[in-house]
Amino acid sequence: MSDTLDDDKPTRRDFLYITTGAFGVVGAASVAWPLIDQLNPDASVKAVSTIEVDISSIEPGSFLKVAWRGKPIYIRRRTNEEIADAEKDDNLNLPDPQKDMERVQKKEWLVVVGVCTHLGCIPIANQGEYEGWFCPCHGSHYDISGRIRKGPAPTNLEIPPYEFVSDSLIKIG
Amino acid sequence: MDTDYKYEPKNGLTRWLDSRLPLMRFTSEHVLQFPTPKNLNYFWTFGFILTMCLVTQIITGIILAMHYAPSTLLAFDSVEHIMRNVNYGWLIRYIHSNGASMFFLAVFIHMFRGLYYGSYKEPREVIWILGCIIYLLMIVTAFMGYVLPWGQMSFWGATVIINLVGTLPLIGESLTQMLLGGFAVDNPTLNRFFSLHYLLPFIIFGVVLLHIWALHVPGNNNPVGLSVQGKQDTVAFHPYYTVKDFFAYTVFLLLFCYFIFYNPNALGHADNYIEADAMVTPAHIVPEWYLLPFYAILRAVPDKLAGVLLMFGAIAVLFFLPWLDTAKVRSGRYRPIFRYFYVLFVIDCLILGYLGAQVPEGIYLFLSRVTTIYYFAFFLLVLPILGRIEKMKPMPIGISNSELSRDMVAAE
Repeated sequence: MSDTLDDDKPTRRDFLYITTGAFGVVGAASVAWPLIDQLNPDASVKAVSTIEVDISSIEPGSFLKVAWRGKPIYIRRRTNEEIADAEKDDNLNLPDPQKDMERVQKKEWLVVVGVCTHLGCIPIANQGEYEGWFCPCHGSHYDISGRIRKGPAPTNLEIPPYEFVSDSLIKIG
Repeated sequence: MDTDYKYEPKNGLTRWLDSRLPLMRFTSEHVLQFPTPKNLNYFWTFGFILTMCLVTQIITGIILAMHYAPSTLLAFDSVEHIMRNVNYGWLIRYIHSNGASMFFLAVFIHMFRGLYYGSYKEPREVIWILGCIIYLLMIVTAFMGYVLPWGQMSFWGATVIINLVGTLPLIGESLTQMLLGGFAVDNPTLNRFFSLHYLLPFIIFGVVLLHIWALHVPGNNNPVGLSVQGKQDTVAFHPYYTVKDFFAYTVFLLLFCYFIFYNPNALGHADNYIEADAMVTPAHIVPEWYLLPFYAILRAVPDKLAGVLLMFGAIAVLFFLPWLDTAKVRSGRYRPIFRYFYVLFVIDCLILGYLGAQVPEGIYLFLSRVTTIYYFAFFLLVLPILGRIEKMKPMPIGISNSELSRDMVAAE
């Protein structure tokens, strides 16, 4: 074009090129979006499923493992010694500082998502150097409050949304 | 590559075809008569072996897909159905599963060959980069394929690897959910992996064609690393290298058949014969052997994001190899110091592979850190610096007299 027009002024043709290009991009993006979005979890998966768990059968010092959203939830009934252990370490220099109080609704009951915050394996309860959880995949140790103490995991075990419906019933989700 | 040879159609029919679709001309000039350096050793047969590996995987894979059901309810059982009921199903599946291992074995030899003889150097950078893309696609394809039997290792391997993406800041979590199609590895994940596992080999096939196309511009590198200077340096691909390639492939098949018929599960994990259970992680998650070195690098670092970046960096650095190595001399034969670092690098990769299968504690953790450091140092320090200071050995004048008069030249 510079052969025929010796200045750099935009021409009507340039305008047409840019408009056509812009329409093309918007058009392609709007067609591409459904193709990409189909990868995302659909409504049936996303619908936050709620489960109710009867916890009356859990003895102090033991735990129950239930499935929620395809992931395990540990519901742990802690003994007084275990609670004392967890609170004793509140002020240590933890990798992800959190007080035990902030992680429970009732001190006796600890409810955590049983998914290692490193790469998603399921930690084994009552194992590891802190007697809480130990992840066999890459060696993360969690304490009795589900806090990360040692190993590659960056954060504490996640606390799912839950509430006590009654003394013997927990609603998770 | 310029060649003196030109295809001449011999009769009316081939003349007619040649002016419409020059297929015979192409085959003749690029396969049968293609001028190939006459000093190629057996390390140069792995290109052909790899092509055969790809073809084998595609054929057996298409057959397996006729009997496999990509659903979390049926996948595990359908694989057992293939193993027990389908006529020769056991054979086809063992070829496919061991074929993946043989494919990686061949590609490692192929890559280490290129590394030693400087096959990535000017003017072959694009060939090398296309090769790296093929390698990356192979890893992704193999990983997805390993998920399909829906055993415990399938499930937890997939969980760990997809969670690697979650380490990325900001977009990590939503991207993970997008890849999974949910909150955990489940039916949507299995279905899309099946779809992509079927697709990717054909993409690989396409990139292989580009790889060969790029190869046919400058022609093959060779053990002395000198460029072809004329007809005296080459022979026709057929029959010289077709025979050599087929012989090497036959030997390769012996090893392949040993695994298929005598030790079909040697390279797998017993845990993958237990159906996937989202509630129980196996005590010891190990990826397939060909991914172990990268797994060792991932676990060598205490920081989650840094480990992931380092692991991807270990593959990414390969793409820059043509510009990291500053030596003008291609072949390692004439680089006395490079040879030591090269051998050390091969050993380093083997140790990394060993460490990837160990629990990352104590001495293993320490060793994986040392070997990770050397892995990167080889590319980022040794190759850039060595090329500038190393004193090369005397080189032959050309390819054709390199084999005949190696002693004479060295004596000069």
